[in-house]
Amino acid sequence: MFSTYPGQAVIDHPVSAPIEHRFDPYVDNGGTLLSIAGNDFCVVAADTRQSEGYSINSRYVPKSVKLSDKTVISMGGCYADCLTLTKRIQQSMEWYHHAHGKVMSTAAVAQMLSIMLYQKRFFPFYSWCILGGLDEEGKGAVYTYDPVGSYERETCRCAGSASSLIQPFLDNQINFKNQESRQRTLTKDEVLRITKDSFTSATERDIYTGDYLEIFVITNTGVEVQKIDLKKD
Amino acid sequence: MFRNQYDNDISTWSPQGRLHQIEYALEAVKQGSASVGLRSKTHVVLLALKRSSGELASHQQKLFRIDSHVGIAIAGLVSDARVLSNFMRTECMKSKMMYDRPMPGSRLVSLIGDKAQINTQNYGRRPYGVGLLVGSYDEGTGPHLYECLPNANCLEYYAIAIGAKSQSAKTYLEKFANDFETADLDALIMHGLHALRETLQQDKELNLKNCAIGVVGKDHDWELIEEERLRTYLNQLEAGAPTSGDAPTAAASEDLPQGEAMDTE
Amino acid sequence: MDHFPTNWGNPRSEDVDSYNTYPISSHIGKVPHSVTQIAGYGHTTGHPTSHTLQPVVTGTSVLGIKFKGGVMMAADNLASYGSLARFRDVERLHQVADFTVLGASGDISDYQYVKHLIDSQMIKEYNADDGHTLATPNIYEYLWRVMYNRRSKMNPLWNTFVLGGVHQGKSFLGAIDLKGTPYQAPSIATGFGSHLAQPILRKELETRGGEDNITEEQAVEILKKSMKVLWYRDARSMNKFQLAKITAEGVTISEPMSVETEWAFAEKIRGYGA
Repeated sequence: MFSTYPGQAVIDHPVSAPIEHRFDPYVDNGGTLLSIAGNDFCVVAADTRQSEGYSINSRYVPKSVKLSDKTVISMGGCYADCLTLTKRIQQSMEWYHHAHGKVMSTAAVAQMLSIMLYQKRFFPFYSWCILGGLDEEGKGAVYTYDPVGSYERETCRCAGSASSLIQPFLDNQINFKNQESRQRTLTKDEVLRITKDSFTSATERDIYTGDYLEIFVITNTGVEVQKIDLKKD
Repeated sequence: MFRNQYDNDISTWSPQGRLHQIEYALEAVKQGSASVGLRSKTHVVLLALKRSSGELASHQQKLFRIDSHVGIAIAGLVSDARVLSNFMRTECMKSKMMYDRPMPGSRLVSLIGDKAQINTQNYGRRPYGVGLLVGSYDEGTGPHLYECLPNANCLEYYAIAIGAKSQSAKTYLEKFANDFETADLDALIMHGLHALRETLQQDKELNLKNCAIGVVGKDHDWELIEEERLRTYLNQLEAGAPTSGDAPTAAASEDLPQGEAMDTE
Repeated sequence: MDHFPTNWGNPRSEDVDSYNTYPISSHIGKVPHSVTQIAGYGHTTGHPTSHTLQPVVTGTSVLGIKFKGGVMMAADNLASYGSLARFRDVERLHQVADFTVLGASGDISDYQYVKHLIDSQMIKEYNADDGHTLATPNIYEYLWRVMYNRRSKMNPLWNTFVLGGVHQGKSFLGAIDLKGTPYQAPSIATGFGSHLAQPILRKELETRGGEDNITEEQAVEILKKSMKVLWYRDARSMNKFQLAKITAEGVTISEPMSVETEWAFAEKIRGYGA
């Protein structure tokens, strides 16, 4: 740390870092997810790569799950936490169905998810959630969360490892930031094109994004799923 | 006046070797409106007669969804049934959470049996006042139909009825039992309705309000048959058979979807 | 040597326990007052609870690959104690059900505990005698819940498990690590194997056009080749390993085998060996 004789190089950082003797229960399994709400549809998309450090565990581990005919959840972060949270949501929805004799609405699932995340405020689920679906009026709805349950409804959001690459692009192309004059609502095909472009671009630069893109399109008639190839390098 | 000395609590035997309180609980099931269950090699159909306490009252709930592959029909105390169905739902979810496996019907039924048995042996407890018909479609072993009673007896059946006047329904079911195995879903439902009709009081009819049908089967999650679809079946029933509470005549069975029904005559 | 296992790793205090009588079991309720004041001795048994912070006796990589009609797995028979090749005939592939094999890398005692857990579950299923049993995906889910719950208690089982099996005509290959991360893939390699063997497995799958174009014999060859590479480069591996085959016919776990190796070239490499 300090020089003891003239001319000796001053080392201003510790030579050996202390070893942490504590188990870290979290792991970042990477991956990117995105959801865009349209007038009468909603798109939820995510890549299917699962990573651990520089290794790819598997090229196909879906991040999105259909919760009902009107709601799809997508999660990134610690995959074990995400999967556990998904199971919990599904079980709560089952109880809701039993208690009320109807399927939970997107808004109700959204509120419930926030509470579920906050219930683990001091040992959080390490998961970035995006909930996409149709609201009670049939309009596209996107709800986004942080790992401890803060949430809001938006028109579009990208989360996960390539979110910093894709979100600015969406701000410009979906919300028309800095191009006020062109403001309009987008069609399903336009949204799908932007989604695909987002992921092919992100795959180029983000090592945690790639392999396949799974797109859920939620409309009045139900949920359709498409699987598209991404680069596998 | 004579008073039974051996029915003050659940855990006292009568000199005849009977447990009266348990038998009273079985009576509670017999007083409830009837439920009928029958099964083919692909489906289980549960049917029930719903009572209402008056013109201005709603009808009781007789069918409960337990999981996508299990449903129950009940006869007896609805409140006890609700407690039991809650228990069954929890067990099904545990199975899904721990093993990602739909709870096998037989296991669910033995869990109920274990729970009900405790109430028949411990002082100060009371047996459930409800009988259950459990219909399940299991991975690997297909459709199953079970009956669970307050005496903790759980048995599997091809077809069974419980509740008020269920003997008449059983007579019908026994008569056509050979047809059920190969019957398609529509035929099975019609057989069920015929059996259920046997349990009606003299001047009553099956209608949209007092009749409930639940189905579970191969690639067929638990589903209630209501409104328009129920009406179709009821119309079919009305068109093809006399409304008396007697066992179906030859004329009645002619109109059954299953032609071979005649063979049993 | 101090023969009280409970004393190992704990500082000895002459003031508190001069005759070394404490700790001995069954002290609940009569722990000397002064003892409870020692930091960390708050637990009722008189000891701090300990969690696994590092594995002790370990097994190295487990490999698995799908082929047409089934799954093939490989693991060597070594259990290391640090760099010491401690136990040389340990079986790390275990048949848990008629069509399911569990392979384990990482801490061997944790593996044996998990093996016990799953075997107990299977016995429970067998005793029910109702025509139902746990299939590969069910065992996988159970294993995942066990691993995830332990990590959530900050007391993980220090393993990466590989589960191979066949269920309803489809082959199943999945892994779960100490943090409860589950994943399924056509080829899996744990530990050092994820760096050395997985690229070989993935390349074979890719060049042959997927699992359906790999025969049982080819799967054996691919795994033997991978095990050889691991033996050359993974210092914690051993040239004595077993293969497990899972198909619709059932499970076969081979006797330990080895591969031909060539070390002569090492002599000619400068800085290597003599």
